[in-house]
Amino acid sequence: MPETFEPRIVAFFCNWCTYTAADLAGVSRMRYAPNVRIIRLMCSGRVDPQFILEAFARGADGVLIGGCHPNDCHYIEGNYKCLRRFRLLRRMLDDMGVEEKRCRLEWISASEGDKVKKVINEMVEQVRALGPLDLPGRFRDWDKEVAALEHAAPGASEPCDAHAHAHKEEATHA
Amino acid sequence: MPEKPKIAFYWCASCGGCEESVVDLAEDILMVVENVDIVFWPVAMDFKKKDVEAMPDGSITACFLNGAIRTEEQEEMAHMLRRKAKILIAYGACAHLGGIPALANQFSKEHVMEWAYDKCPTVTNPSRTRPQTSYKDNGRTATLPAFRNVVRALDQVVDVDYYIPGCAPTPALLKGAVVALLSGKLPPKGTTLAPDIALCDECPRKASKPTDVGYPEFKRPHLARIDPNLCMLAQGFVCMGPATRGGCGALCINGNMPCTGCFGPTSRVRDQGAKILSSICSSVAPKDEAGIDAVLEGIPDPVGTFYRYGLAHCLLRRKVSLNDSAEVAAK
Ligand code: SF4
Ligand code: SF4
Ligand code: FES
Repeated sequence: MPETFEPRIVAFFCNWCTYTAADLAGVSRMRYAPNVRIIRLMCSGRVDPQFILEAFARGADGVLIGGCHPNDCHYIEGNYKCLRRFRLLRRMLDDMGVEEKRCRLEWISASEGDKVKKVINEMVEQVRALGPLDLPGRFRDWDKEVAALEHAAPGASEPCDAHAHAHKEEATHA
Repeated sequence: MPEKPKIAFYWCASCGGCEESVVDLAEDILMVVENVDIVFWPVAMDFKKKDVEAMPDGSITACFLNGAIRTEEQEEMAHMLRRKAKILIAYGACAHLGGIPALANQFSKEHVMEWAYDKCPTVTNPSRTRPQTSYKDNGRTATLPAFRNVVRALDQVVDVDYYIPGCAPTPALLKGAVVALLSGKLPPKGTTLAPDIALCDECPRKASKPTDVGYPEFKRPHLARIDPNLCMLAQGFVCMGPATRGGCGALCINGNMPCTGCFGPTSRVRDQGAKILSSICSSVAPKDEAGIDAVLEGIPDPVGTFYRYGLAHCLLRRKVSLNDSAEVAAK
């Protein structure tokens, strides 16, 4: 892991509580780690699990979701829907090799600017300790095996007989 | 008389079911045979690779290719058929989304090999012989195609014009595609040749699909009795219908089994598994972590359940922590 690794964290914050809290943290001039890109949604219930997978697939090292405390959701049920999805999504992410600490859900009310600061700082350090997830880089690595073939076997006009295969194998394992 | 359109069928990492679905055209196959020239179909007719190699590029009107891409040879054939065919059609769930073979994207190549040639209880292989890409014997060399680390859908290897979904596609879909080809009335490139609406829409049980439900538990189809008239979700069985494209006529539901999602997502969904997870989980009854977890225990294998046919096209593509850097580095 490079010394200078700065985690990139995508945060989905609900308009009515957590985003307002992040605003408050800003207005109150609290300092917190600059590694978070905040995306405002109307409600944590709008956080489609596809957004989370896409954030990882596009290079996020961590995803943070922030919503109103239980019973406080502006749309009554949104944060419960979010929690239920999150519980299974996190298990599924674990099965897919994405560490638990890379995806976090927090209830942060509009007045809890200090909690925004604490959660972000904590998460940045935890993800820093895990190192880069770098899915775009991994995708490129995985696809090297296909690109390699394209160079090795150009054109259908070239006979791909046993000799050609054997030759390629020797070359690739040398 | 004008020349008949030339059609090719080919298979890669697949079970053979897609080939069966061609034969399942029954008497309609006569319509196909009458109107097209089948120039390549290894499973049924005696053509060789060199016959295809000899064809000019773009001389095949359409190639229906089924199966995922796992080996070097499959990839090479996909590239060759891409060049030879004007229209390349990913036929069936494996070519479309990775299919069942792509479930292996949860494991490393080494793990797959170790299981298949050593650890599997039905395997007897005391010398622990493994397939080699090249083997010398008596001055001659026998070769096998290399086995890739990752299972890919066809469009992750070559450019694809159309998709015909299903495990396997229904004969009606194939017939529809052939008729469209013959008439020249083809939709825009990239279209999946099936209705673009969720399966629930054509499900005979949709009247009983709950609009406001709180799941107290999930049942598994092999462990509980399934009411043959009620929506699967209303009974607490995970049904992929809401996140799956229609067009099969609700085959599984009519066989009293929940949909497992073989037609893949509609065009508006990026990730079928994440979408059904979202839809199903949001309606779990409890509101507290422990209660939610207890209900979700009824879905012990979310990857295998939600990506049964689509893991290669999951946004994550594969278990991300698998380490094959050693194998890649060797190349
Ligand atoms: S959820 Fe399944 S059983 Fe219910 S209407 Fe949809 S496809 Fe039919
Ligand atoms: S019901 Fe679902 S799993 Fe069964 S054939 Fe139709 S799409 Fe495929
Ligand atoms: S509005 Fe904040 S979680 Fe719903």
